Amino acid sequence: MFFLKKRRFVLDLERHPRLKEFNFSFGKIMKNPLSVTGLSLIFIFFTIAVFAPLIAPPPKPQEPFRIPHEGYSVVPKPPGPGHPFGTTTKQYDIFYGVIWGTRTAFRIGFMVVGSILVIGIALGSISGYFGGIVDEVIMRIVDIFMALPLLILAMAIVTALGRSLDNIMKSLIIVGWPIYARTIRGSILTIREEDFVKAAQAQGAGTLRIIFKHVLPNAIYPVLILASLDIGAMVLTAAALSFLGLGAQEGYADWGQMVSLARNYIVGPQGQPLLYWYVVTIPGLFILFFVLGWNLLGDALRDIFDPKMRRK
Amino acid sequence: MQPILDIEKLEVNFYTYEGVVQAIDEISFTLEDGDTLGVVGETGCGKSVAVLSILRLILPPGRIESGKILYNTAGSSYDLVQKSEEFMRELRGNDVSMIFQEAGNALNPVLTIGEQVSESFLLHRQGELCESVLKNIDEKMEVSGSAPFIQLARRRYGRKLNKARGNLLRDRRYGCLLRREAVRWSVDLLRSLGIPNPEQVVKRYPHELSGGMQQRVVISMALACNPAVLIADEPTSNLDVTIQAQILRLIEDLKERYHSSILFITHDLGVVSEIADKVIVLYAGTLVEFSKVRELFKKPLHPYTKALLHSVPRLGSRERLESIRGNVPNLIDPPSGCRFHPRCPYVMDICRERKPQLYRGPGGDEHHLVACFLYR
Repeated sequence: MFFLKKRRFVLDLERHPRLKEFNFSFGKIMKNPLSVTGLSLIFIFFTIAVFAPLIAPPPKPQEPFRIPHEGYSVVPKPPGPGHPFGTTTKQYDIFYGVIWGTRTAFRIGFMVVGSILVIGIALGSISGYFGGIVDEVIMRIVDIFMALPLLILAMAIVTALGRSLDNIMKSLIIVGWPIYARTIRGSILTIREEDFVKAAQAQGAGTLRIIFKHVLPNAIYPVLILASLDIGAMVLTAAALSFLGLGAQEGYADWGQMVSLARNYIVGPQGQPLLYWYVVTIPGLFILFFVLGWNLLGDALRDIFDPKMRRK
Repeated sequence: MQPILDIEKLEVNFYTYEGVVQAIDEISFTLEDGDTLGVVGETGCGKSVAVLSILRLILPPGRIESGKILYNTAGSSYDLVQKSEEFMRELRGNDVSMIFQEAGNALNPVLTIGEQVSESFLLHRQGELCESVLKNIDEKMEVSGSAPFIQLARRRYGRKLNKARGNLLRDRRYGCLLRREAVRWSVDLLRSLGIPNPEQVVKRYPHELSGGMQQRVVISMALACNPAVLIADEPTSNLDVTIQAQILRLIEDLKERYHSSILFITHDLGVVSEIADKVIVLYAGTLVEFSKVRELFKKPLHPYTKALLHSVPRLGSRERLESIRGNVPNLIDPPSGCRFHPRCPYVMDICRERKPQLYRGPGGDEHHLVACFLYR
């Protein structure tokens, strides 16, 4: 890789074809300023999430996701000593909340999109590769899901399961997998007909080997791009559900929950509409940059995965 | 001497939306051990379907309706139509393998050449690969002498290896060794096919190679396990003539070296005359003529074969090129009787009513069979 070249021990790229391709892809990302922005944003958030206990040491280490609060006054306080971003209603510390909320955001994004990927790829591959009645059944189920508005369905599921962040994640998984299943099915249908699949069969490879080694690696790119874009989107949807009051209990470090807490202070009192700007703006900005980062990264991935764009 | 492949009355249908396509209608032929059999016919006459059904790679909606495909080896005979899918998987690539038409499409774009060539070894030569890996390790240990820590390592490693022997592939740590060994074998194989710099080529992706090189790689994939029968589906039709000649010579060399029998599909009569010992001519899913290659070119019997030979352009000749009147029939509703009769200049009443069987050629020549009532 490019940064290893400076060392005395130089990795021979010619000997490692995958490394060579990775180096090429990485160089491609680094040439595009937008991609670099996306990558840096995600990297910054990742650092915040990893070092959260150092940046904002939890007063109660056994439950770090509880935002500490001093007193019960409902009126937010502006940024000041001890509270760099101020406090929101009931005196919850905004700084602590957004820092630990980064961990929550990553957890939501990775868990939801990871589960969706597994379910979607499994069902989509079965559907696309085997076809026939199995395909018909799975795709009709997908149709049913896609006929319902995503947010409303997710809300209905969370309401049925009960209010909590875990249930938001479950409901997002339930509403999210169909589009993945359909996408992967579509690309498998085209790959399945390729000669190299038949060639692998003629070499004596079994069905599982063909699906995992020959078909999926060719069919997976659209879904990976979709996934990287969806990590942001899922965090956004989870925040929306939290804002509607379906999320974690009060005081949990979650960006959506924090915006929801500050619902009554979005607009300040008569004559001073921006008096409490920090209560919504700061968690809002964190959500904005997190989603923006993933979207830019998704675009970058599309550029390097698309074989037509890749070698330009 | 038994023929290595004996195909009897093979019938393959495709059940499509428009109706049943009778792609192969009772074809019978034999492939003798060590022979090259050319399969000739125009596009859509069922050449590829016929050979794919030997490997049982006809996908739905296609189905092998009836007939036998007898594969004779080491004194025993198997009917490939009846065998289980597991048996076929063992057979494909090991005993019978296939070279595909368009090398560019037959190679997986996301895998390196090494990974693709070594797949055959990993699928069919696991035992030998394990032996070879173990031998390498033993040798290395002998070289490194008897330092105490080596002794210790050998004792520990040896115990683990003995445990792992047999299911090396399933253990991830040894699977890696096995794959590396398979790639090493691939390098040797590619070198024996005359590919320059094979150590580099195994690390390349298919798009980095030229068409001729890709074709060689595809051939090496088919040859990896020394198959008894090699099916070549138009291996040279997308190459330019100089490369074509090289590939043909390569295939002939390999046949000598590995004693394989070859089923060579092509629509190029020049190539057939160059490489084949015997020829079958297919027309619209039926076998029309089966003969030695010299005979066929010297005195073709079936009217279709004659017409086919006439429609080949000749170098230096200024004659007008002849074409066969009419079109290839629709196989959903094939002509009654002989499928060639609507286009045949010698058509008789009987041709419209009955299907011709295979008759012997003039003089009762049993090596020259023709499906035509003219030779009844």
